[in-house]
Amino acid sequence: MSKRPVHDVDKAALREKARLIRLETLRMTDICGSGHYGSSFSMAELVATLYYRFMHVNPAEPHWPDRDRFTMGKGHAAIGLFPVLSDLGFFPQSWLDTYTRFKSPLGDHPDMKKVPGVDFSSGSIGHNLSVSVGMALGTRRRGSPARTVCLMGDGEQTEGQIWEAAISGAHWGLDNLVGIVDINAAGSDGHPQETMKTEPLRAKWAAFGWRTLVLDDGHDLGAVSRALDTALNEPDGRPTCILAYTVSGKGVSFMEGGWEWHLGFLGPKDLERAYQEVLQGSIG
Amino acid sequence: MTDPSRWTPQPRAPGMSYISADMKAAIDLSESRVGQTEDEATWDMAASLGLSQQLTTGAVLTDLVEQGHDIVVCTADLGRPTQVIGFGRRHPDRYFNFGIAERNMIGAAAGLATTGHLPVISNYSFFLALMGVENIRNDICYPGLNVRMIGTHSGLAMGFYGTSHHCNEDIGALRAIAGLTLMAPCDGHAIHSAFTHTIGHDGPIYFRAGRGREKPVYDSPPAWHIGGSNTLREGRHATVLAIGNLVAASLEAADLLRAEGIELGVVDMYSIAPIDRDAIRRAAAQGLVVTAEEHNVSSGFGSAVAEVIAEEGLGARLHRIGMPDQYSLLGPPTHLYRHYGLDAEGVAARVRQALA
Repeated sequence: MSKRPVHDVDKAALREKARLIRLETLRMTDICGSGHYGSSFSMAELVATLYYRFMHVNPAEPHWPDRDRFTMGKGHAAIGLFPVLSDLGFFPQSWLDTYTRFKSPLGDHPDMKKVPGVDFSSGSIGHNLSVSVGMALGTRRRGSPARTVCLMGDGEQTEGQIWEAAISGAHWGLDNLVGIVDINAAGSDGHPQETMKTEPLRAKWAAFGWRTLVLDDGHDLGAVSRALDTALNEPDGRPTCILAYTVSGKGVSFMEGGWEWHLGFLGPKDLERAYQEVLQGSIG
Repeated sequence: MTDPSRWTPQPRAPGMSYISADMKAAIDLSESRVGQTEDEATWDMAASLGLSQQLTTGAVLTDLVEQGHDIVVCTADLGRPTQVIGFGRRHPDRYFNFGIAERNMIGAAAGLATTGHLPVISNYSFFLALMGVENIRNDICYPGLNVRMIGTHSGLAMGFYGTSHHCNEDIGALRAIAGLTLMAPCDGHAIHSAFTHTIGHDGPIYFRAGRGREKPVYDSPPAWHIGGSNTLREGRHATVLAIGNLVAASLEAADLLRAEGIELGVVDMYSIAPIDRDAIRRAAAQGLVVTAEEHNVSSGFGSAVAEVIAEEGLGARLHRIGMPDQYSLLGPPTHLYRHYGLDAEGVAARVRQALA
């Protein structure tokens, strides 16, 4: 796999992009009447750093064959991806205002048939690491510099297909493939480790043949950048898994931690509180 | 995107569903992190789960265990949304949450059945029936094991979650599996009857249910048997054979049409496989037959009715209401039902058109 240049975007700018993800998640949930706040906030620094520092994409040509690819195992956090794709110029900002409305291209899960910049649809947990293995095989076979990054959830680690994909990624030495696990400790039925224990994840991914990097704080912009730089630009013949320990609902104090704000809605008074916390906060 | 006026609370949109204070008052909020100091309109996941009040599975199974049935419940990180968490609290030794691992859960349920337990799988229909169809076929149905499955949130129930979460193919997939009984309880009382009246059945049964926010059809648990149906309205001009959400919609359509002098019969055809052939014969003898389902019209319940009409030479005209053979749009469920003609107005319009 070839290295690709890192975009010259500093930490302060990344912090503003992560803030944009949170603000737009709040606003679009206000439009919808329901939204996945917790999962979008937990991945904000990961997605902002990935897209604005590392990804090579072309909004004018969404299907550019040499683009880096991003897939979401945790598709329910798409509400946090759409503002980034719009900000990059893949589609007009006005699309965001139609979020989840009848016939909108933008729903709770990302749809590659409807949304430019979405490299693969998701919604059914556990599928997209396999899809990413195929993308990595295909782009490598074409001699493309493209890298493929798959963002998974910690609850998703229970899916058998994840480990089938892990086996095949290592078998084929896909060092153009990166998995990120957003370990935000929130699932439909509560804390994923209480529902079904998957830890120690580091030992599991390492045993499956992946270079494994651990981010103790997945909101630390510097640490996120260093991990992604290693994963994307220091290929060593193996796929890389970044285990990012994050906080569900990060950035809005009353939503942080716990499973309850995995999904919800804020009335106007609470929404105003949340906007103010995000506008004044300084994460990473 | 730097205009700060963008990030201020906006007025509520007409036609969108919100959880009102009255609705919240009727919900168990003991697990919610939303307290008295929050806005009336604010809710978290604990509150939204309380809206699925027609999903009576957990309560019914708790009763059946108390009557001595050796039931164990399996789910895949959907114990709260499918409302079996209460069963799990009451009987933690009979409750197995596999995390998001559907195929593992289905195989394990088959294994539990071989030890003499009666496993009940409770999960969303699209992850259970569509992702797990091969495991259902090979692990549960081919060995003929005594397992109950309830697939919730079928059809368009997941609305703006998008096409990935819509389930309009499960009847087609499951109807093709030999030895599997397939039934569709249309409300909470029907779910009660579905489990209770089939408890002695030896073999696998799949119950296709909604998301639990449906308008109830029954005041009390209805009559229920494998291969049966419930005639809810007699009508001499046409008969709607309906399942799931379309039962309530068809009853409302019958009310609309009565005002226009059209008498529409309505039958809850809760047993999809095996199907109630007598009910189809009776409907065909009346004249126009309309089938109504929240499923692809190709391969679904309406197709099963068509097979009977053709095979028996009943010679009746058939109109199938359901999803067109294409991928669904996304949007709030009520908007989708209106668009696809799966509400009372939609059923009434199709009947009028067919009789014209």
